[in-house]
Amino acid sequence: MNRLVSFSYLTAIYCFFYLPIIILVIYSFNNSSYSLLWHGFTLDWYKQLGDDVDLATVALHSLEVSVLAATLATLIGTLAATCLYRHTFFGKNLLHGLMFVLIVSPDIVMGVSLLILFFLINMQLGFWSLLFSHITFCIPFVVVTVFSRLTGLDKNIFEAARDLGASEFMSFRRVLVPMLWPAIVAGWLLSFTLSLDDVIISFFVTGPDFQILPLYIYSLVRLGLKPELNALCSVMFAITLFIVVIFQFVLRKKEV
Amino acid sequence: MKADQLFKWVNIASIWLWLSLFALLPNLLVLFTSFLENDPVKLMRWKFTLSNYLALLDPLYFKVFWHSFCIAALCTVICLCLGYPFAYLLARLKSHYKNLLLFLVIIPFWTSSLIRTYAIISILKAKGLLNTVLLSLGLIHQPLAILYTSTAVMIGLVYSLLPFMILPLYANIEKLDIRLIDAARDLGANTTVIFARVILPLTLPGIVGGIILVFLPAMSMFYIPDILGGAKSLLVGNLVQNEFLAAHNWPLGSAVSMVLTFSMGLLLLIYWRINKTGQNNESISKL
Repeated sequence: MNRLVSFSYLTAIYCFFYLPIIILVIYSFNNSSYSLLWHGFTLDWYKQLGDDVDLATVALHSLEVSVLAATLATLIGTLAATCLYRHTFFGKNLLHGLMFVLIVSPDIVMGVSLLILFFLINMQLGFWSLLFSHITFCIPFVVVTVFSRLTGLDKNIFEAARDLGASEFMSFRRVLVPMLWPAIVAGWLLSFTLSLDDVIISFFVTGPDFQILPLYIYSLVRLGLKPELNALCSVMFAITLFIVVIFQFVLRKKEV
Repeated sequence: MKADQLFKWVNIASIWLWLSLFALLPNLLVLFTSFLENDPVKLMRWKFTLSNYLALLDPLYFKVFWHSFCIAALCTVICLCLGYPFAYLLARLKSHYKNLLLFLVIIPFWTSSLIRTYAIISILKAKGLLNTVLLSLGLIHQPLAILYTSTAVMIGLVYSLLPFMILPLYANIEKLDIRLIDAARDLGANTTVIFARVILPLTLPGIVGGIILVFLPAMSMFYIPDILGGAKSLLVGNLVQNEFLAAHNWPLGSAVSMVLTFSMGLLLLIYWRINKTGQNNESISKL
């Protein structure tokens, strides 16, 4: 009896999570614009996506920003995490606290604060403002991912490298980075997804000339259901799914 | 040695520089702007005033705040009530599929909540799945108008934020030492007492962690009411968005944003206090 109750409860929550997404994906293949009924399988909506020139530009913008933001955030975040792990320096605890606050602080607060900054330094809203913002909100997630891996490492390995005459930089590059590799990849993937999906912060810090995918989707979603949009959202979902699978794979490997 | 020092200091300096410029400074600017006067042309005038904060006490804004607070609080309570049993069952599950099941919670955690919000429309709309099922079962005789009501907004918020409640809870409950429950049972405690006196206190950090991750976004996810709710149930996030991008009253928008920051500070303080006592409990349990 108890087992049955818990099984049905888990199932119900999973249905709640997945039914809307599954329906979205199914209807992206439905050969009818608005009907709930099944009118046969079609790939038309996906073809329309492929032919959409606007969408291609917007998707390219998104990809540029996400790849660059993820890469730079991973670079800065990895260096920051090793610093936090290796050295004691002035303001170290403050830095730790700041990372934590950045992770939990509401996106909208970060969005408006960056908007004010860009306004006051007279920076035009567009690619650069978007890139800087995305790097900023990705950094703490990379630091946390890499730092948790660092605390699991044997500190002696690093000391050994130093004793054998490797410089700080050399031991970072030849000892730490190879050992941290899974966490670095995981941090990059996490940043890439966060950046690719961000709506709230981007909403404030990008201009009319530089449209990105989530904001493009947002402007369409406000108009209601559309089969092309179903297809686009399904593609985005598939990308996320793919990334989470790699992420799990990378982290699983770490334990071996 | 000199190069070593250089490498170290360049790293420290670059991270500090980045975060000061793009995280600390902007937040100070918001604080600063919230005390400035509004200027319709140049957005802000360099004159100190408290009027933005006083304006928030105006019934018009206060109502939005109170309403938004209630929505966020209700959403948090629903997520906790749905998420706690779920996380508990999942954490205590003995199954080969446990990792897969956990993975299935992580996927919605990663998926864009905009896309997930969009996906709900097809369930809730007049001729959507929910109404079709209910009608064919004969439970209702005409379609429920859920979409574009505050119920839809609540469903959307819970749907988007439930994974953010479940994962911290799961992480916490998984670490829970089962022997403590057995010990309590051996000492004669019944299920209610075990839950109230043993399980609940030990999972409090997870609960507060989940509340932080749900409550704050629930006040600020302005696109959910925008997509699912028509114009009736505004969140604080909608207020900020409106003041910044439509009404062009940045000082007032900043004041609203400061209130959000302040409530975040309050929640974090509670979290740290609880975590501290939690650690004390842990060290006690080790003895």
